[in-house]
Amino acid sequence: MRWRNTHARLPGLLLALLGWLALAWPAWALNVPVKTWTLNNGLTLVVIPDHRAPVVTHMVWYRVGAADEPAGKTGLAHYLEHLMFKGTKRIAPGEFSRIIKRYGGNENAFTSRDYTAYFQRIASDKLGMVMEMEADRMQNLQLSEKDVKTELEVIKEERRMRTENDPRTLFAERMQAMLFTAHPYRRPVVGWMADVKHLTLADVMAFYRRFYTPANAVVVVAGDVEPEKVRALALKHYGALKNTAAVRPRWRTPEPPPLAARRLMMRDARVRQPTFQRLWVAPSYRTAKGGMAHALDVFADALGGGTTSVLYRRLVVKEKVAAWAGAFYSGDDRDYGTFGVYATPAPGVTPERLEARIDAVLKEVLERGVDEKRLERSKGSMVASAIYALDSQFALARIFGEAMATETGVQSVLTWDERIAKVSGEEALKAARAVLRPANAVTGWLLPPEKKAKAAMRSSSAEKESAR
Amino acid sequence: MMVAFGMRRFLLAILLLLAPPLAASALEVREVKTPKGITVWFAEDHTVPIVAMNYAFAGGAAADPAGKEGLANFLSAMLDEGAGDMTSEQFQERMEELAFSMDHSAGREWFSGSFRSLSRNLDESVKLLALAVNRPRFDAQPLERIRRQLLVSLRKKAEDPEERAWDAFRRMLYGKHPFARAVDGDLRGIGAITADDLHALHKRLFAREKLLVVVAGDIDEKHMAQMVDTVFGDLPAKSGMPDIAPPVFPKQARMKIVRRVIPQSIVLMGADSIRRDDADFIPAYVVNHILGGGGFGSRLMEEVREKRGLAYSVYSALITHEKDGVFFAYAGTRNDKALLARDIMLENIRRVAKEGVTARELEEAKDHLIGSWPLRFDSTTKIAGMLLGLRLQHLGIDYLKKRNDLMRAVSLQDAKRAARRMLHPERMQVVVYGNPPQPAAAKAAPAGEPAVAR
Repeated sequence: MRWRNTHARLPGLLLALLGWLALAWPAWALNVPVKTWTLNNGLTLVVIPDHRAPVVTHMVWYRVGAADEPAGKTGLAHYLEHLMFKGTKRIAPGEFSRIIKRYGGNENAFTSRDYTAYFQRIASDKLGMVMEMEADRMQNLQLSEKDVKTELEVIKEERRMRTENDPRTLFAERMQAMLFTAHPYRRPVVGWMADVKHLTLADVMAFYRRFYTPANAVVVVAGDVEPEKVRALALKHYGALKNTAAVRPRWRTPEPPPLAARRLMMRDARVRQPTFQRLWVAPSYRTAKGGMAHALDVFADALGGGTTSVLYRRLVVKEKVAAWAGAFYSGDDRDYGTFGVYATPAPGVTPERLEARIDAVLKEVLERGVDEKRLERSKGSMVASAIYALDSQFALARIFGEAMATETGVQSVLTWDERIAKVSGEEALKAARAVLRPANAVTGWLLPPEKKAKAAMRSSSAEKESAR
Repeated sequence: MMVAFGMRRFLLAILLLLAPPLAASALEVREVKTPKGITVWFAEDHTVPIVAMNYAFAGGAAADPAGKEGLANFLSAMLDEGAGDMTSEQFQERMEELAFSMDHSAGREWFSGSFRSLSRNLDESVKLLALAVNRPRFDAQPLERIRRQLLVSLRKKAEDPEERAWDAFRRMLYGKHPFARAVDGDLRGIGAITADDLHALHKRLFAREKLLVVVAGDIDEKHMAQMVDTVFGDLPAKSGMPDIAPPVFPKQARMKIVRRVIPQSIVLMGADSIRRDDADFIPAYVVNHILGGGGFGSRLMEEVREKRGLAYSVYSALITHEKDGVFFAYAGTRNDKALLARDIMLENIRRVAKEGVTARELEEAKDHLIGSWPLRFDSTTKIAGMLLGLRLQHLGIDYLKKRNDLMRAVSLQDAKRAARRMLHPERMQVVVYGNPPQPAAAKAAPAGEPAVAR
């Protein structure tokens, strides 16, 4: 389970991609022949040749996301992402998409906490054309009041569909809001409804002018292309663009020293199955010192990455108190990573009992560490995941684009598998002990309404219960 | 290349510059017969050191016995839980050491598997896959553990309005036919399934008859044939799975509101449609792309989302089974406008059924569908997935070469005829799941409008 907190303009496609990434993530490295340049106007260019099919993936990443929004304007980065398809001085609303489709391409966009990205997948000989169009909308966005208003309704529906209609997403949203007490990672990317309702055309344009400028952009091209030719095309289409604003270093309020363990008990009338989650604030790949992120990644896999992990073997297989149990580390965001443990009680097991057992296993693992053999298997399968990642042109483009957009850098990607292979048991344990402290965590339960919960517990032989 | 930018003329410029569509030239797919007689579609490519094999056995959840609903899905979850002389724990540790994946899933009419291995570990990985396919164990401990997981996921699913809306829609459309049931069964069925049931299903289902196999990636033909025979060569020849009679679809339109106090309503509508083996399927596919399958620019997207902001997600699709086809449309929309969104969707379906599509829409759709074909074949994993998908539709290997010509040949008349044959607003089953305003049910609906059936 990875929390990829991104929102896309179109559902479905991205969900499928994220599903795939969850398998292979974080998975990269090996000998990817990646080339990078910085153009005179500060735009970063990344090229990844892949000659298997005559197609190309072109992405433009802006180093701006939900965590960069002004106070009271949550959802603005994502709103702008939607509006980027509403036309420029030269291209009518909707025409961008229509042109890409007409040439046999697919396109979409996504927004996260740290970045906003636009992509096209198309025949490689159309690369110049898509660059021309992306360069155009980097500077010439032209919005009408009517389009801006209608799109706000779409965003509200997006929030209702993804978040409000689904208690599990609501729970995840509220967990984030408690995990980060001051840092803007506490915001949902789609925005809080009360803010979203009041976003205006003026807000959008000010945000666009400030952040959509060549020095704040990363262009990634993966596919059937020669790097030098891509560079020439990029110089032609992006090289002449002038910066419209100075790029200032990003400032986000850092988390104050953690002092208090937090707890979220959320009941929802729709919920039938209780779920446990505990999240800790951790360093990210960018901020970690001395390989701590790699160590946390390995520790998380050994602790809870699948059916051979410590948590699954103990709580699901041996003690049978959980139907599922696992752990994850997510270190790809710019400022902080997240370490998480999750579990679902087995039928008939109370939340209290399960949580006590989770605490006991965690305590034991943090005292004694993880079995060496277990650790080796984790490292082996993580290194192998880097080879599988090579199979997807889109995933490669995304991994490198994200590394550049979060200022983590390509080197971190290129050396990832090598450094994972070197993590020792001692390092893994040391990193885990530093992060998995009570004051650093929020513990959450998503629960059915009290009446329903009692009834479910009584008829714990699940056969009697109706699924309807 | 130069594109002349210029306001409205932009599109014209593109029409003139439109290059001939790409051939999926890099892709070569061979049909290979293994020594043990299994026919494989094979795409060799050594760029990335991995091998992908996808396969499917005929028979799925629609054949689950009454009282054992969810059996095929249960089987799919048990295949990496111990096989041969390896326990569940031993099997899964070895899988992790070899870093391969095998995923099985039950569909309504097919049971499919996807296997992916590093080429350097291939032979060892294949040994485990062969054990799982030929000699699964269904030991009591893992079986009870998986049962608990299946029960818990059924309860989680029941929380999700989207799933509940689909359940309601399937019941309207398929009535008592097994397609109305969820693939993952129900609490009672899952509770009743035994190891004997799983062994019996495994014996009936895993047979060479109607087995479909495709392989892509870093392997040569001889080695590939050995691999396929190691996994499937010793299975029984004959399948014991029953034929499923086609569903009988409702003859009259019905509208239903399932009232739930949730923030957004889900609108689903559909009716029987064109079959995959129908000569008009390709034109119908193109028409659906224009109506609601093609995302931005499609009529439903433009009318419901772009013009009115009524939904984030709105689309339509064709589903094909062995003996029937279904057209459906979906939208997630605000409660107070849910009935309006529903009516706009119906109106657009009616209009396309009656009038067909425009020449410009047809050309644009064809250009996209033809031009984007190579994007579906740009990785080993995707190639294997696509090839199995084509075989599941009983297409010949020549379809890979013919497909774009078939698309190109669709005329405006073809599209109009197909639209009429694929869309049946007069017998559409419509469900609104959520909290829309009380419909003015009793108010006389215009003639020809389906009545509200509650």
